Amino acid sequence: MRDLSLHLLDLAENSLRAGAGRISLQLTLGADGALDVVLEDDGCGMEQGLARRAADPFATTRTTRRVGLGLPLAAANAEKTGGYLTLDSVPGQGTKVHIRLMTRHVDCLPLGDLPQTMVSLILTHPEHPDFVLDLHSPRGQARFDTGEIRRVLGPEVGLQEPEVMNYIQHLLTEQCQMVFGGLIS
Amino acid sequence: MKTLEELEAIRQKTLARISLRKEDKEEAVRVVIGMATCGIAAGARPVLTAFMEEIDRRHLRNIQVTQTGCVGMCRLEPMVDVITPDGNKVTYVKVNPEKARMIVADHVVNGHPVTEYTIGAAEQQA
Repeated sequence: MRDLSLHLLDLAENSLRAGAGRISLQLTLGADGALDVVLEDDGCGMEQGLARRAADPFATTRTTRRVGLGLPLAAANAEKTGGYLTLDSVPGQGTKVHIRLMTRHVDCLPLGDLPQTMVSLILTHPEHPDFVLDLHSPRGQARFDTGEIRRVLGPEVGLQEPEVMNYIQHLLTEQCQMVFGGLIS
Repeated sequence: MKTLEELEAIRQKTLARISLRKEDKEEAVRVVIGMATCGIAAGARPVLTAFMEEIDRRHLRNIQVTQTGCVGMCRLEPMVDVITPDGNKVTYVKVNPEKARMIVADHVVNGHPVTEYTIGAAEQQA
């Protein structure tokens, strides 16, 4: 994976597969350059045993193959910077992945195109679930919630309409620029 | 900054168009993009963006862009299926944004699959 936003797209796929109704992504940049990324869903969750083994490339619930690389790759990229990845999961309640990255470390991946990750997720899942993005930095904060967009649009107009997707992309780009622009690449 | 008023205006405009669309009963073309770890690492996201932009640029309606997981042929990712209303499915392999735009023009709009990018062509080469 070339950047963090691609990892997040990949990990969000796990939440989708877990049947989540709401997937929330929170990015908090501290004054010291530490970036905390929390991906939280209300999907089916995992038994403790599987949750503990999830960062192992050879742990997977798939029956077609014996490897799953999403979490292990993300964990490796966090650890390279002196950070970590932790996973908490409660069966029937959901899963929370916390990735800490030291953005000032030379090996830290760039943030990448976070708006494009959100747009890809929303476009391919326009009806369900809701996606939330929370951004925080010493400069400010912003919040995006497809639930709010849905409330304005009403039941007739779907999120996948090109004009709506266009609006969402511009809104997210403005928000990311406002909170993180110039602070992290 | 984008405002909710702007969104409300989009809603009004889209509502008018949707009521027109309901009258023509043409079925949707489906574009299915592989978005598992392997697909994303191979560049599926810019491919998805290219499909979205090209569909928007040409004002195509009734195209459903959706995603699927890993189908076990990771070395051929990014993979894209185009499924036309007649039920025919064409699988494209090693797609990039440029190929995606060509697939929209030749296959989705004009109904001619781009043979050289299909999985059949890739397997003959191998």
